[in-house]
Amino acid sequence: MIVIRNARVLTSSGIEETSVVIDGDTVAAVGAEPEANGHQVIEAPGAWLGPGLVDLHVHLRDPGQTWKEDMVTGAKAAAAGGYTALVAMPNTEPPIDDRVTATAVAERAAGIEDVEIVTSGALTKGRSGEELADFDGMYDAGIRIFSDDGDSVPTAGLLSRAMAYLLDLPGALVAEHAEDRSVAGTGQLHEGAVASRLGLAGLPSLAEELVVARDLLLAATTGTRLHIQHVSTVGSLDLIRRAREEGVEVTCEVTPHHLALEETAVEGLDTNFKMYPPLRGRDDRTALIAALRDGTVDVVATDHAPHTTAEKEVPFEEAPRGVIGLETAAAVVSSKALGKDPELFFERMSIAPARIAGLSRHGRAVEKGSPANLVLFDPDRRWVPAGFASKSSNSPFVGMELTGRVLMTIREGKITYEGGSG
Amino acid sequence: MSGLVTLHGLGRERLTGILDKAEGYVGRGPSTDFSGATVTNAFFEPSTRTRLSFERAAHRLGAHVMSFSPELSSASKGESFKDTILTLTAIGTDVLIVRHRLADAAALAAGWSARPVINGGVGSREHPTQTLIDALTLRQEFGRLDGLRMAIVGDIRGSRVARGHLIALPTMGVELTLVGPTPFLPQENPWGVRTSTDLDDELGDVDVVYLLRIQAERGSAATIPSIAGYARRYGMNAERLSMMKPTGVVMHPGPMNRGVEIDDSIADGERSLVLRQVANGVPVRMAVITEALEGGR
Ligand SMILES: [Zn+2]
Repeated sequence: MIVIRNARVLTSSGIEETSVVIDGDTVAAVGAEPEANGHQVIEAPGAWLGPGLVDLHVHLRDPGQTWKEDMVTGAKAAAAGGYTALVAMPNTEPPIDDRVTATAVAERAAGIEDVEIVTSGALTKGRSGEELADFDGMYDAGIRIFSDDGDSVPTAGLLSRAMAYLLDLPGALVAEHAEDRSVAGTGQLHEGAVASRLGLAGLPSLAEELVVARDLLLAATTGTRLHIQHVSTVGSLDLIRRAREEGVEVTCEVTPHHLALEETAVEGLDTNFKMYPPLRGRDDRTALIAALRDGTVDVVATDHAPHTTAEKEVPFEEAPRGVIGLETAAAVVSSKALGKDPELFFERMSIAPARIAGLSRHGRAVEKGSPANLVLFDPDRRWVPAGFASKSSNSPFVGMELTGRVLMTIREGKITYEGGSG
Repeated sequence: MSGLVTLHGLGRERLTGILDKAEGYVGRGPSTDFSGATVTNAFFEPSTRTRLSFERAAHRLGAHVMSFSPELSSASKGESFKDTILTLTAIGTDVLIVRHRLADAAALAAGWSARPVINGGVGSREHPTQTLIDALTLRQEFGRLDGLRMAIVGDIRGSRVARGHLIALPTMGVELTLVGPTPFLPQENPWGVRTSTDLDDELGDVDVVYLLRIQAERGSAATIPSIAGYARRYGMNAERLSMMKPTGVVMHPGPMNRGVEIDDSIADGERSLVLRQVANGVPVRMAVITEALEGGR
């Protein structure tokens, strides 16, 4: 048995300062403490105890690019970041686009202990944007989230056929990476003052918004559930708000880096600040924070995208896109966006993403009988990210002082991470 | 180490110092002899004129020149940019001149190389020696830089020369106006300079019309419907020259597209400073190499 005392616990009736007893894979008691000795007792005054974090958007690079990351190291990074469940994107090599690959990946994921890994599947065969992937086969293998992440489905016709088909598969969700390639071109960073000054091709907000607008129209027409990945512009937020008012079933995510950083961070052309969508302007960042608070944005997802130092130590325009995020997300989100509000923190980082992904053992208030998938988080602890559990260290937050540190992560009653003292 | 990666952050005094030093080399030999020194031209992008000009400058200082071009090296076999820089440094050079199509190449090379790096033109970001050459040429022509007005005409968005000018010429007192069709003007104007799509409107006010090459190879031709249309709206011809002040001059960093951005009569006319710009390339690069060699020792 594990006893966590005096933490601020997210219960079904809100935050309570109380004790929590974990027995086996469930929460055995909230409020009452066991009599006998011999339990592991953790004193956690001031720390937040709530459901383990859930990330709707990670790249585990497994299979195919395991020099960057694999399921084992990705799971360790997740545990260190307070996560108990992940949705892995299907842009692996080969891509997850049929029953055989989906089954094989799901079987290996089932053997991972540190975190529950759910894989998503491609929308188009080979992620080539040409024909529909094997939805039935992947669905039978347990996949519910479908995305060509890294690319948008290039044509409206193909995406509308995907949406129409997936409407018949209960619980299926279309997740879109919004980027019109004809507008994005060779863009490297946000099309703003920094791009103009440095003379690099810009990625206009329009490249994202065109696809968001198209996808919302298609979702409105077909009635399929739609999730917009890594929203980054004021314009996208406005489109999503309007569509929701008109009854479109749409959810969306924002990344920690878009909440914390702006285009000016790219001025030095450090490749650890290169990602898609790019870091945007001040107005965008402010709007994203407001939207995350008011619920326009449902969840924070990291878009954890590992690349090795050698791959990133190249000229900016030749560097791959993406940054890691699992191990810094909790600190960044609590301190830079949500104003240390534990209820809102767990809603956006755990409860809502678990609901969207249909993960019934995650994202639940801590009460007697609930699954022991938990995170203990100290919102005030200061630390500077240096080494990572991930195989890669391409984080924009390296060397930056952050506030808020995961103290312990528990998956199905087992401690998967314990630390935060460094 | 005193290479020249960027003019950004250099004050008027420092910039004037380089111009004065270059002026000292015009028509005269160097006072210091750098025989025994090695200067490496690391040109990852083809450029005959700039490479020859740096070479001539190094020779006049008595230095050896090594030349590197990627098509003749392992860079074409996939050797990384970093490895190439480390290799060139390890072979033994006192100064590395880097030209590259990528914006951060000179800064990265300076970080990796133990020797001073001179930016020989990178990305669409900066071409510092060209900016210094043009400043020197103008100073010779007008006796000053302060208060001069220059219209830079062409694909500003894709021009390393224009961005270098935007970094340093205002510091030396030159007032810039950017002129071109909207697809050629930068999307944002962080410099706060004047912009215009109508060249004829600007001609009466400026001392210098600075024409940029329409660079088909850098993709600028792809963003406008036709070169002929551009030539009609922005090409410098006799009629446009007559709209300028009598003291007004025309400049071009070369190579020129005659009949597109500049007519023969202008290019070869007496108000063209083009050949003086080319000639000034050598003393300016001598000054920059001298500073690098002195700083590297
Ligand atoms: Zn994406």
